[in-house]
Amino acid sequence: MENDDINLVVNATNTNAVTGGNVLDEGRVGTNGLQTKGIHVWFGKHHVLEDISLDFPANSVTGLIGPSGCGKSTFLRVLNRMHEFIPGAAMAGEVFLDGEEIYGPKVDVTAMRLKVGMVFQKPNPFPSMTIAENVLAGLKLANIKVQDKDSLLEECLTRAGLWKEVKDRLKLSGSSLSGGQQQRLCIARALAVKPKVLLMDEPCSALDPASTLKVEETIVQLSADMTIVVVTHNMQQAARVSDFCAFFLSDGGPGQVVEADRTAVIFSSPSDQRTADYVQGRFG
Amino acid sequence: MSIATVEKPTAAEPPRRSITNQRNASDKRFRAVVTSGAMFAFVVLALIAGFLLFRGYEVFREFGFGFLTSSTWDSGTGESLQGASYGVAAMLVGSIIVALMAMIIALPFVIGTSLFLEYYIGKKIRAVLVSILDLMAAIPSIIYGLWGYLVLMPHAAGWASTINKYFGWIPIFKVDVKNFDASPFISALVLGLMIIPIASSVTREVYSRAPQDQISAAYALGGSRWGALKAVVLPFGRSGLIGGMLLGLGRALGETVAVLLTLNLVFKVKFQVLASAGGNVASLIASRFGEAGPSEIKALMAAGLVLFTLTLLVNFGASIIVSRSAKVSQ
Repeated sequence: MENDDINLVVNATNTNAVTGGNVLDEGRVGTNGLQTKGIHVWFGKHHVLEDISLDFPANSVTGLIGPSGCGKSTFLRVLNRMHEFIPGAAMAGEVFLDGEEIYGPKVDVTAMRLKVGMVFQKPNPFPSMTIAENVLAGLKLANIKVQDKDSLLEECLTRAGLWKEVKDRLKLSGSSLSGGQQQRLCIARALAVKPKVLLMDEPCSALDPASTLKVEETIVQLSADMTIVVVTHNMQQAARVSDFCAFFLSDGGPGQVVEADRTAVIFSSPSDQRTADYVQGRFG
Repeated sequence: MSIATVEKPTAAEPPRRSITNQRNASDKRFRAVVTSGAMFAFVVLALIAGFLLFRGYEVFREFGFGFLTSSTWDSGTGESLQGASYGVAAMLVGSIIVALMAMIIALPFVIGTSLFLEYYIGKKIRAVLVSILDLMAAIPSIIYGLWGYLVLMPHAAGWASTINKYFGWIPIFKVDVKNFDASPFISALVLGLMIIPIASSVTREVYSRAPQDQISAAYALGGSRWGALKAVVLPFGRSGLIGGMLLGLGRALGETVAVLLTLNLVFKVKFQVLASAGGNVASLIASRFGEAGPSEIKALMAAGLVLFTLTLLVNFGASIIVSRSAKVSQ
């Protein structure tokens, strides 16, 4: 029963969390999107995440919130196996993308990461490449041939909300842009390989408020046809952009999900007192 | 009030205070030590250049530009420069050919070694391998020379013969006489091996500083390890690679003993790298110095000046290239 409590998608038999039960489209539930089951993570002997089971329905935005050090970013990295580059990191549990296990023995990790893109906390365009080359870098890295590069370039930059600002200087270095523009360039770069899922690790924490707003608009627009998971420390941001929220907390031990539900519920009538305290800014 | 004073353009500025500071005695002493140490290095460099200029001046006055373009080395009576004929063209061209070939041979090994040590093995093995690599840089060049002469040459002559057999139609791989011993090719192999450790150590250091967040970005885009290295580490480390290779070039140009043992010095400008004939300024000086008469000594000094200038130019060019490409990769 405890697992069901922290399940994000609440199906018909579980009336525990979603009041009214009117939001979730039946079609979204099931094998579409991203599911995790019983995720544990260790760094060496240190147990950092304990038994996380969350479902991320297709074409929605899920915010991961919680105080620093509770394992949100680590959990995000488990979703595209980027945690494997951290020395000493180990995990247990299962992650399904559209019903297929991404930790399966026959999975090609690089091919899987094409489907699960990632945007990092600090904008990290490749400084040796131009703006256009940055957007198309993923294709080159994965050896994907595209017929019409120009239209893909325009499409990705438009979706990332950057096209108008850079269309006349596509040949300039990616590092010539401002921080906010660089972050949207990174989003465009992630979109070029047509991922089904986009993971974002505090994508706005290094940006000014105006740039933050633009990135948030981009997130909302993108969620029309992709699954987005965003880690954020900004409660207003979580309220503005996300459809669902999961509240992570570590009380000295490994991080756990205290509560996961529709964003409106998390912010208005959370079932756990700790969630209420956190979203109202009483700690963390 | 304040606005009115700003608008007055003719208002005289107050005199600016100069920075004054009473230095204490220990600071003064330390400053003197540091300054004299730095000056000493420059003075030594200037003295070497002056010495070579002074001793070689007569030769340049006698032969002029011909000293660089002629290839005859004839000491005549041995007492005076009259009747003798000196020129380092063959040696100079040979030095450059051997050094460049050594660079070409070393380059793939330098890149491979640096990437392997930084990105393909664990910390513990890396520490061991790095110290072995540094040890290789410390092996005296006479050892490399002996090994090249006794062990490498018999095999390398066979390789040279094979290259000549299949690629002999390319002018530089042609030979007039089928003798493949002591060729520029073999010297370059030895020199290439010698510069791998020093060039790798500089390159590896720069590769290790490649930004981790960009490497992560490449992986997250579905890049393989090689893809991430190609997209991030190689462009980032280009200046380090160039710097390391030019450091190696400096060593290769000035290398004496290893070349002396593995190269047959011939006073004729040749571009056939597999043939048993080549030139090298440093080896020329070493091989002739012992039995040189007064006039030949002067010519050898002049040759030393040429080598000194060449190495200075290479290092100067190296620092320009490194600083320029370092800017690009920022």
